[in-house]
Amino acid sequence: MDFDFTDEQRMLKDSVERFVKDEYGFEQRAKYLAEPDGFSRAQWARFAELGLLGLSFDEEYGGSGCGPVETMIVMEALGRGLAVEPYLATVVLGGGLVRLGGNPAQRAALLPHMAQGELQMAFAHSEAQSRYDLADVATTARREGDEWVIDGAKRIVLHGGSADLLVVSARVSGGRRERDGVGLFVVRGDAAGVTRRAYPTQDRLRAADIEFSGVRVPNSDVLGVAGAALPLIETVVAHAIAAVSAEAVGAMAAALEETVEYLKVRKQFGVPIGSFQALQHRAVDMLVMVEQARSMALFATMMSEEPAAGERDRSMSAAKVQIGRSGRFVGQQGVQLHGGIGMTEECKIGHYLRRLSVIDIQFGSTEHHLSRLANVGGLIDAAA
Amino acid sequence: MDLRYTDEELAFRHEVRAFFKEALPADIRRRATLGQRCSAADLRRWQRILYERGWATPAWDKAWGGTGWSAVQQYIFKEELHMAPAPETLSFNVNMIGPVLIAFGSEAQKRHFLPRIASLEYWFCQGFSEPGAGSDLAALRTQAVRDGDHYVINGQKLWTSTAHHADWMFCLVRTDSSGKKQQGITYLLIDMKTPGLTVRPIITIDGHHETNEVFFDNVRVPVANRIGEENKGWDYAKYLLGNERSGIARVGVSKMRVRLAKDLAKRVPSGDGVLWDDPRFRERVATVEVELKALEMTQMRVIAESRAQESHAPDPKTSILKIKGSELQQLSAELLLEVAGPDALPLDIDFLRGIGEPVREPEWALTIAPNHYFARHVSIVGGSNEIQKNILAKSVLGL
Repeated sequence: MDFDFTDEQRMLKDSVERFVKDEYGFEQRAKYLAEPDGFSRAQWARFAELGLLGLSFDEEYGGSGCGPVETMIVMEALGRGLAVEPYLATVVLGGGLVRLGGNPAQRAALLPHMAQGELQMAFAHSEAQSRYDLADVATTARREGDEWVIDGAKRIVLHGGSADLLVVSARVSGGRRERDGVGLFVVRGDAAGVTRRAYPTQDRLRAADIEFSGVRVPNSDVLGVAGAALPLIETVVAHAIAAVSAEAVGAMAAALEETVEYLKVRKQFGVPIGSFQALQHRAVDMLVMVEQARSMALFATMMSEEPAAGERDRSMSAAKVQIGRSGRFVGQQGVQLHGGIGMTEECKIGHYLRRLSVIDIQFGSTEHHLSRLANVGGLIDAAA
Repeated sequence: MDLRYTDEELAFRHEVRAFFKEALPADIRRRATLGQRCSAADLRRWQRILYERGWATPAWDKAWGGTGWSAVQQYIFKEELHMAPAPETLSFNVNMIGPVLIAFGSEAQKRHFLPRIASLEYWFCQGFSEPGAGSDLAALRTQAVRDGDHYVINGQKLWTSTAHHADWMFCLVRTDSSGKKQQGITYLLIDMKTPGLTVRPIITIDGHHETNEVFFDNVRVPVANRIGEENKGWDYAKYLLGNERSGIARVGVSKMRVRLAKDLAKRVPSGDGVLWDDPRFRERVATVEVELKALEMTQMRVIAESRAQESHAPDPKTSILKIKGSELQQLSAELLLEVAGPDALPLDIDFLRGIGEPVREPEWALTIAPNHYFARHVSIVGGSNEIQKNILAKSVLGL
């Protein structure tokens, strides 16, 4: 059991934390949000320069060949600053699908551009009826010669509006909720038949509802095996859960620091309100929640590459449950301890609350994962 | 960064598990599995077995009988012990007075007491709390007045668990009332057979006699039984309390209870099937398991950090382990109560104590409610959870 970072990991942590500290002050962030795509293209270029985008790609594609721990380090730092750039959508989801599911030609064509900040991707998977069920796909893909024709509708696609390329899941065979028969297709965002309606989400990031009407995709743009893509999807979602768990921990830790600082500075009845035991204990309750979340984010990171998918997935569910519970508590109590000003848009604490509540919903809520975990018999096995 | 146990650690776990399987007497194991209280005779027998294996005091300095195991091995050993399930060694001996003697005792005291403490030839109890000194332990008032080669003790101690079995007590007494309360406290070892010492039982809400009050009426204690210097006892006590706090999460106890709850739920009838068929019950179990996993990981992180620091000052994060560990012990005890259902209602204190036949079947259900009531103490002792929060607020958050 080893929780130490390597020297390289420590350096990565220092540099990305410094970057976020310097570039992601509350006012700076507000400016990035005001840009047309809801994030700063200039900051995205900085991410590329820092090597953050190609972190987990092989070196032959311009990446650093790093693993889940490095992603965890970056996501936590981004979470602290409530960064708005599409790292999750492009690098973790899109990049993950291509990295793990693409053939050599596809990897060579796409990954270097992503690493250099020239290519944005989004994963168009969820649908109106699917809620959190990854196997629930009604969008269809029909083979016609050397092409596939895609028809259907995706919703709440993370950064779907600004993506150059969409990875779209569509059913090539089987019933709507069957595990077999799902395929993945790389589709240009501006392809004929693609209609995108983008909007902000509660955390002020962006998403899109996307319609596909007779969209033609060459066979060479199929990722993995058409009809057997669900395991790949589940693998990448596992990585995404580990990533947002780390992001949530960063947000929670920063929210706690803001809150403790406020308790020390705000005076009422002639004393700092941090001298009141009820508030001290509440802040400690937040601290305990953050530490438990951090532990489970570490657990998720370390289990995300577990080869036994069942073991991996129940670990991810357990982590998501803790992250959701802790995130909601820290966000809500953070606002509570700020009193009236915690309710204002101008105060940073409410922004943490919102991002943490969105993370709870993304990739399956606490309740969904608790139910999933219960259905597979939990974490602790029967006596050996 | 790697979560996996090393091959050596896995082999160690295997070795420890095999030892418990072979060396834990079947009757002691059976009583522990049923949730019955370990009798004094059973504990003496079991600790003797561990002592002879060289495993009664694994965390002590190697010079005095410790095993030299790594922090991860200590953790594995404890977890396997709880899961066997085997009784813990007497914590007063092994986790409290032993380390204090090693750190602050004289050579003569160490040579005389430590082997007898390890083997449980001497059974120690803890004379700390008083009616007026619980969370505010430094306010203790049991008085020690110097008279030649002796201290004369007058006063009262409270919550002296196992005093009715004990041969000795390690005791905090007041030798100076003039200055700050922390600066007038002395640490004494007191023979329980000394004239003037009276033990009175206190029955707790589980129905069992585990704890006591102890009265001192001109009890004469040789000065040679003092640990360290007069009026320095509070420093030695703080050292002990930090030690006590970090051992207290007892992840293995909660894990064992959750495992038991799941096994039982697969047999307990409910509706057309068994309790385990109920998804709401399974979710309740899963909720506890998630918290327990998080606690286990947090404990491993605290172990790793303390290993890196090599300092003897207790990591304030151990307060987190104490708070969550106690909550999970309570949650897991409550989970078992849910499993037992109506079968938990009949009262049989004798069976709880390991005496006689159960008043009815199923016998495993008879200890569930008393153990749930008794579990309420873990958030109170060892520094109440509220005190732990005060400590965290001050030393981690700076409030």
